[in-house]
Amino acid sequence: MTPRTPADTGPAAASGQLSRLRSPHLLSAADLTPEEVLLILDTAGAMREVGTRPIKKVPALRGKTVVNLFFEPSTRTRTSFEIAEKRLSADALNIAASGSSVVKGETLADTARNLEAMAPDIIVIRHQASGACHLLADICSSRIVNAGDGMHEHPTQALLDLLTIRDHKPDFARLKVAIIGDLLHSRVMRSNVRLLTMLGADVWVCGPPTMMPAGIELQGVTATSSIDAAVEGADVVMMLRIQLERMSGHFFPSLREYHELFGLSAARLARARPDVIVMHPGPLNRGVEIASEVADGPYSVILEQVSNGVALRMAVLYLIAGVSEGVD
Amino acid sequence: MATRTPPQAGIGDVLLKGGRLVDPAQGADGACDLLLRGGRVEQVGPGLPVGEARVIEIPDGLVVCPGLIDMHVHLREPGQEYKETIRSGALAALAGGFTGVACMPNTVPVNDHPGVTTQIVRKAAEAGLAHVYPIGAVTAGSRGEQMTEFGALREAGCVAVSDDGHPVADALMMRRALEYASMFGMPVINHCEDPSLKDDGSAHEGPTAAELGLRGIPGAAEEVMVARDVALSELTGGSVHIAHMSVAGSLRAVRAGKERGVRVTCEVTPHHFILSDEQLTYDTNFKMNPPLRGTVDRDAMLEGLADGSIDAIATDHAPHHADDKAVEFDKAPFGIIGLETAIPLVLDRLLHTGHLSLTRIVELLATNPARILGLPGGSLAPGAPADVTVLAPDAEVEVSAAAFRSRARNTPFDGWKLKGAAAAVLVGGRTAYVNDQVAAATAFEVP
Repeated sequence: MTPRTPADTGPAAASGQLSRLRSPHLLSAADLTPEEVLLILDTAGAMREVGTRPIKKVPALRGKTVVNLFFEPSTRTRTSFEIAEKRLSADALNIAASGSSVVKGETLADTARNLEAMAPDIIVIRHQASGACHLLADICSSRIVNAGDGMHEHPTQALLDLLTIRDHKPDFARLKVAIIGDLLHSRVMRSNVRLLTMLGADVWVCGPPTMMPAGIELQGVTATSSIDAAVEGADVVMMLRIQLERMSGHFFPSLREYHELFGLSAARLARARPDVIVMHPGPLNRGVEIASEVADGPYSVILEQVSNGVALRMAVLYLIAGVSEGVD
Repeated sequence: MATRTPPQAGIGDVLLKGGRLVDPAQGADGACDLLLRGGRVEQVGPGLPVGEARVIEIPDGLVVCPGLIDMHVHLREPGQEYKETIRSGALAALAGGFTGVACMPNTVPVNDHPGVTTQIVRKAAEAGLAHVYPIGAVTAGSRGEQMTEFGALREAGCVAVSDDGHPVADALMMRRALEYASMFGMPVINHCEDPSLKDDGSAHEGPTAAELGLRGIPGAAEEVMVARDVALSELTGGSVHIAHMSVAGSLRAVRAGKERGVRVTCEVTPHHFILSDEQLTYDTNFKMNPPLRGTVDRDAMLEGLADGSIDAIATDHAPHHADDKAVEFDKAPFGIIGLETAIPLVLDRLLHTGHLSLTRIVELLATNPARILGLPGGSLAPGAPADVTVLAPDAEVEVSAAAFRSRARNTPFDGWKLKGAAAAVLVGGRTAYVNDQVAAATAFEVP
């Protein structure tokens, strides 16, 4: 019997025959193939429909336990995962570092071993150290979903960004995407660069030289410190948050000057294509990386990103769980 | 493997017969016998008469050389005996082919006081294995503020001063340390790394760290301090030794200094001339300081080894407990162990590739470390200590961390298959270690 997936129900599944992911974990966007990315997006497309039902619930993950292990503050991502889990009927529980044994000095490895002993099916982890999810995947037999590890990756954010872009502009290979801001500390940038270059987009990254990761151009992007050059003719402008919590000084003299040089104003945005979309992974620093008039303006898809986050995470959890039943 | 305690007296004559003797200090490389008497070298030459001596027949293909000295190790005692002890570290040294090690002062407490030095010397004597040469701290607690009593440290047995693990960041402190240490003939060994440039970095600043989302330590963090120390050595006439040099720019600064006659020497670790940041993953056994650098830097280290501008190979043996390393990359302590992998790595990657001659290798591992630290060994000339390493350059070995004599297992080289090993080690004329993996080494077994 051929397993039914939500992708089967969607319009012209671009992912073709593919119905499974190869890896039991989602640690890095770099681990995905283009076909897998499209499978996830197609599956998310189908999952979106669940959110429009009067009873927003399907039994796909019934009886599965999902642990949301969050070592960093998070509103959007944690809520998004939790709603996704509940819509799939998984038993979801949240562990925040502040209320856990971490404050008693337990190591991440020991926390993982203890969780493992209670046999959860999936662990969603957000952690301030790059590679923390890899450490978990080495120790646990549970499936691991990376919800952001330090400055490394945030693959579900990049996937939901792709889903949002595709809603407006279906052919990634024709797009100029400008990613602007604090490149050095951004896991969102790293995941997006991997996926967008993989799908053939013309990716520009822009930020002050102090926040330009070494060798970024080796990742197949155009790097510039001129926001005008980055925005010029762009189909997508993705603004990154200035991450004051990851900084140790010396990156730029003042928020005022940062906004002058790298903030997205309506005037600057005029250089982009007339149908440009403006994205931001949140939370916003209004008046720093993005002017309110742009964040709340007609080109902004920032809240669409948030909505898409739920469907996208439903798709990832569903595929990671390797469930073979349909969603109905 | 057999490890034996070398008694200090009552050793009869020992004659090492046959084999190839390589001793750069005497310009010797060829078939030569070696007669040891009373803990010293008595005679060197072809066809020495046996007389009363116990004869160790050196099988063909083995190489007799002065006891190798690792001038940069961390033995963790006192204070962190769960990582390593003086005894376990000295055992690891012997098993790695070293007759002596110089241990850095970043113990708990720091070796900044003759009382700590005396304890290290006593523990090493009790172990009675390899020679252990303590290095004292430059500043109290290695905090960079108050100079230690170099005279008292020297008197207690220190052979050099260093704040290793931390740089001597303050230029004036470094200047004064160089001036003051010169009175005792001790070099100042500096871990060159500008703290502000290092910031909270944990990997070499480059494409790999950027990809992995790890905070970078730029090569320039090392280079700027090496350049400073060369200038300060020139200013003061004091001897500076650059610990674990890792970047091309540092080598340029050292070369330029040497050309001007500045008293600067430097060492490089096997991992910095073999590995690069291309091998970096979240495996914390690849986290050390200085970090694995770019391939350009690694190749520069190989060049410096060949052209003579690098003086020594040292391991920066840095034992850590598995628990300490089984954490997030950011949180893991820096350092890997090296005593039991150095010789196979050096022979495999430098000798068998044709990159260096055996003479040059012995110079890097024995002659020069002894010269830089002013140690009695490093040579097999008559009168020198009867510290001998016998190498089996053609032995095929597989690195097995589980079998290490060190208490620690933190090596990135576990499972590597390499050509070359230490066959045996004599300390003070006594067989202190025989490698039973090298079949030909059975001759060293003492009846």
